[in-house]
Amino acid sequence: MGTRVVRTEDPRFLTGGGTYVAGLRVPELEGALHATFVRATIAHARIASIDTSEAERAHGVVAVVTGADVDLEPAPPETPILNQQMLRPWLAVDTVRYVGEPVAVVLTDTAAQGADAAELVWPDYEPLPAVVDPEAALAGDTLLFPDVGTNVALELAFGRDEALFEGCEVVVSERLVNQRVAPCPLEVRATAAAWGDDGRLTIWTSTQNAQGARDAVVARLGLDEGQVRVVAPDVGGGFGAKIGIYTEEILLGWLAKRMGRPVRWVETRTESMLNMGHGRGQVQRVTIGGRRDGTVEAYRLEVLADAGAYPKLGAVLPYMTRLMTTGTYAIPRAECDTRSVVTNTTPTMAYRGAGRPEAAAAIERAMDLFAAEIGMDPAEVRRRNLVAPDAFPYTTPVGTTYDSGDYRTALDTALAAAGYDDLRAEQARRRQAGERVQLGIGVSTYVEVTAGPTPSGEDARVEVRPDGSAVVYTGTSPHGQGHHTAWAMIVADRLGIPLDRIEVIHGDTDLVPRGEGTMGSRSLQLGGVAVHEAAGKVVDRARELAAEVLEANPDDLVLDTDAGHWHVAGTPTATATWADVAAAAGEDGLAEDARFDAASPTFPFGAHVAVVAVDTETGKVTLERIVTVDDAGRILNPLLVEGQRHGGIAQGVAQALWEEVRYDGDGNPVTANLADYAFPSAAELPSFEVVPMETPTPVNPLGAKGIGESGTIGATPAVQSAVVDALAPFGVRHLDMPATPERVWRAIVRAGEPPTPASGPAAAGTGSAE
Amino acid sequence: MKVAVTVNGTKQEHEVEPRTLLVHYLREVVGLTGTNIGCDTSSCGACTVLLDGQSVKSCTVLAVQADGAEITTIEGLASDGQLHPMQEAFRQHHGLQCGYCTPGMVMAAVSLLDENPAPTEAEVREGLEGNLCRCTGYHNIVKAVLAAAEGAAS
Ligand code: FES
Ligand code: FES
Repeated sequence: MGTRVVRTEDPRFLTGGGTYVAGLRVPELEGALHATFVRATIAHARIASIDTSEAERAHGVVAVVTGADVDLEPAPPETPILNQQMLRPWLAVDTVRYVGEPVAVVLTDTAAQGADAAELVWPDYEPLPAVVDPEAALAGDTLLFPDVGTNVALELAFGRDEALFEGCEVVVSERLVNQRVAPCPLEVRATAAAWGDDGRLTIWTSTQNAQGARDAVVARLGLDEGQVRVVAPDVGGGFGAKIGIYTEEILLGWLAKRMGRPVRWVETRTESMLNMGHGRGQVQRVTIGGRRDGTVEAYRLEVLADAGAYPKLGAVLPYMTRLMTTGTYAIPRAECDTRSVVTNTTPTMAYRGAGRPEAAAAIERAMDLFAAEIGMDPAEVRRRNLVAPDAFPYTTPVGTTYDSGDYRTALDTALAAAGYDDLRAEQARRRQAGERVQLGIGVSTYVEVTAGPTPSGEDARVEVRPDGSAVVYTGTSPHGQGHHTAWAMIVADRLGIPLDRIEVIHGDTDLVPRGEGTMGSRSLQLGGVAVHEAAGKVVDRARELAAEVLEANPDDLVLDTDAGHWHVAGTPTATATWADVAAAAGEDGLAEDARFDAASPTFPFGAHVAVVAVDTETGKVTLERIVTVDDAGRILNPLLVEGQRHGGIAQGVAQALWEEVRYDGDGNPVTANLADYAFPSAAELPSFEVVPMETPTPVNPLGAKGIGESGTIGATPAVQSAVVDALAPFGVRHLDMPATPERVWRAIVRAGEPPTPASGPAAAGTGSAE
Repeated sequence: MKVAVTVNGTKQEHEVEPRTLLVHYLREVVGLTGTNIGCDTSSCGACTVLLDGQSVKSCTVLAVQADGAEITTIEGLASDGQLHPMQEAFRQHHGLQCGYCTPGMVMAAVSLLDENPAPTEAEVREGLEGNLCRCTGYHNIVKAVLAAAEGAAS
């Protein structure tokens, strides 16, 4: 535990490649039909008719199915707090509400035939005005669901204190756009469905939680739980967008029944960009007030979230944003209200961080704005307002209770590792010299909630086989996180069975009926702890069994985890191996189940420092360095933790600098493939400087918090802040993400002529180190 | 149309539709599903294989264009149960997470070192520009490639 262990799952991926749904070659799927969805090409329209006749005659076509053929009930949003009248049809029937919405499905023998035939389905659309912008949606001139009478899917209002900022010497307010981005796991969505002769439906799908997907299939298709098996084979990334299962994927079960043949569907990347849930998409207003000595006294966050056309998880995420309103700061008065509205765009889902990056971006921008207004170094303003290390458990004004933390050490460590003072000196030099390439330094601190918002739990089973090897059944669902290695480490530590003799099984609801999957950075602190507990129970049971084998008192038995066997205290030569002990268990075998329910979520935290170079003539931003301190409690395997941090940082940087899902005014997507969407390559990123820090949580016996999302949450505001900081001499105090060259260049030009840093309007704030 | 190629040392001969892409041929006809597909705009590099020793995105080549060529996919890289040094470097440095980009990334990295045995970090990053990874932030991939170069040099 705590050591760098290379992954046991790697050799398989490195020699043969993984087995993803598209490459699954199982007998049940032999002769499977290919499903190809025909998708709306217009953002908002009435469907006058759909002509399928030409497609039906096309080569290889077995059937063309439209919404009129589907005898299943349309579904309300999964989360009950969302407006339940905003029903989503299985396939659009009267109205299409976003470009990409499925209107028909073509079933063919081969994928190529499907692509050809889908082009021959002719929906006749009568265009309706499209509402693309959430602020316009809120105005309500165009309604997506006229019968519902509003575009608001969810409102979380807790009352507004009009006196919130009374007595503040300084109050600053700004509108911020936390832009819509695409999660882009490298594997797109893919699902296959087959009915067995026993009347059971098996669905193979690329999901982050097979059990949740099973429950949805059971509910939506009206089946019995025992009738459905869901299998998640290898999953090529998820990042929140593959939580649960999509409507199209559930429909495959119905189609397979109707066709009397298995059906497989693998979307194209373009389809994926239009239908896999997008992330973020908030318009925020922040207002911050305090004293000129740097004390922040009050903060208000107003969130308008873009749910897309049919409210899903994305519409609920403002709840998570609200939980983290005040971030790492002890702000005495704070409030947050949120609204989620439907628009004629792709529905939004969770994306790495899911509501917390939006909260961090808001409060961090607000801190910078406040620092600029009072002319104080932004790192110093942060330090003055951090929750003190002795204040935990700490409850914020919005009612969130943080478990443990040491924010000051995180900040100071990050600043020291970055060489903050030297960076400021170099920045001052370049500004003085009026150099074309200016330096920007951004600092963020963050805290986030993992395994939340409400406490949850996870199941595990640990079994020792008669040959002395072990198998772990887990309700978590790794898709890159390395649970095969991590869970084996936990078992090896407790049982002394070597890693290569421990198998980890997940993501098959027949083998693991209960589980909640991998999302929200929950796996180690719930699933890992459950494995830890189950292994502990195995040790207890094995002690009795070993006592029988060695004819000794159980209390005298010692488990030598280095050697991997039992012996009697003081008599190390008389041993019982795990195989002996498992054999002694007889028919029933040696296996124990455990469930771990956490009493509360946990709150990882950290601080990031980003350094960017901004070419003031072209607006091009280059990320030169990013230094991060990410504390997620006790570390099981530093190699895996660093990997999670790296991936998270890259995605955070990408949002700050490059990525944005964009639509034109009519709701036509203009970033619908990987050529148009600014997914970064290795060439755009530097290596990352990740500094370790471990503050254990009291919430679980491993002392672990979640690390999956921290990198993203800290990096986005740090990098955004660095860009704004570089532009401070031009009088720029805020710039929305992404900081594209055009946007940066325009901000510089707008600052006036001539655009040189030396002659620009004096910087307000940010320059106290000069 | 007829296509005859050698894939991972084994001769293959099949009748294919002229429009069949090499990646589809490898996956569906030859049955080697290690090579993945990640996009429809030749942007991601998940489908990268070696064609006569050079890395190519196999979604940009027609199967018939590969006629007569030697192709190496991820399945053909290890020999006698020994990981290729690049595979080993990816493992040691945690250069993969979900594994979806990995086959293409490893093949691109092998080809990169073939052309430039002692690259700088910047050259590795430029050289892998055509291969996207969503999981690793590239940090450990770059580290693995540099380590593999180092290992080959020593
Ligand atoms: S599949 Fe993306 S480049 Fe070939
Ligand atoms: S490891 Fe998942 S895309 Fe690279």
